[in-house]
Amino acid sequence: MKVAIKVLPRREVLDTQGRAVQSSLVESGFEVSSCTIGKYIVLDIDAENFSKAQGKVKEIAEHVLYNPLIETYELEEIK
Amino acid sequence: MKKLGIVRFLGTNCDRDISQVASEFKIPYEYLWYQDLFNVSDYLAIVLPGGFSYGDYLRTGALSARAKVMESVSEAAKKGVPVLGICNGFQILCEADLLPGVLLRNQNLKFIDQWENLEVSGSKTPWLEKYSKGEKLKLPIAHGDGRYYATDEIIKELQDNSQIALTYSNNPNGSSYDIAGVTNRSGNVLGLMPHPERALYGWMGHDFGRGFFEWL
Repeated sequence: MKVAIKVLPRREVLDTQGRAVQSSLVESGFEVSSCTIGKYIVLDIDAENFSKAQGKVKEIAEHVLYNPLIETYELEEIK
Repeated sequence: MKKLGIVRFLGTNCDRDISQVASEFKIPYEYLWYQDLFNVSDYLAIVLPGGFSYGDYLRTGALSARAKVMESVSEAAKKGVPVLGICNGFQILCEADLLPGVLLRNQNLKFIDQWENLEVSGSKTPWLEKYSKGEKLKLPIAHGDGRYYATDEIIKELQDNSQIALTYSNNPNGSSYDIAGVTNRSGNVLGLMPHPERALYGWMGHDFGRGFFEWL
């Protein structure tokens, strides 16, 4: 089954990519006061349902998918 | 005779420059493949060279930090073997928790390729024993993700334990506290973004980098 992990930069860390995109959007005429860019990672693993999958996926996320110094993550069920 | 171990990941591209350094100082060397463990006692020091390992995918240095060879690198670090991470190597050591902090995208989002004025900060590492505290040198940088970041708590620890090894005189990338290189608590592991191996001879521009390897 597929599970998603959303990785976002911590608010206290300067997100230069987000800032660059926001500047570009403003230059293009859109009113955007901030932009943060993260990652959406989809894993296909062996599990019966989302709650049984969570333990495994957390372990994978903590192994490499996010760096706790600069990012946070959330799990999301893919229906 | 013990050798200099030069780690190679997929995408490492400064490995041969390090072997040139070893040849220059008549040090036997051996390449260490990312998928293999190695016998720590066979090596007098380990170098993680620069490059774009794993294409900087996911986060720069993140995938390399979880490669098999890092179990041996970690063992070497814990046993006090000198370990040097240059540029991508520094990024990998941080991701592997062998050094504190992390390297982020340069503040101006540009890949910066230029000589930098640096200052030696007075950490206790064999890699800098040929340099004195406060000494100024020039080394080239060539990176897109060189902005050193750590929380205030970590920075305070680095300051208290003399773990800040090198600082930029004109911070090119937004690194916290102008940090260009740090060591671990015991000082045997050094990571830095600049390339000492690219400052070995006068014809390269400057030869300030020799001291990093001469002591071996």
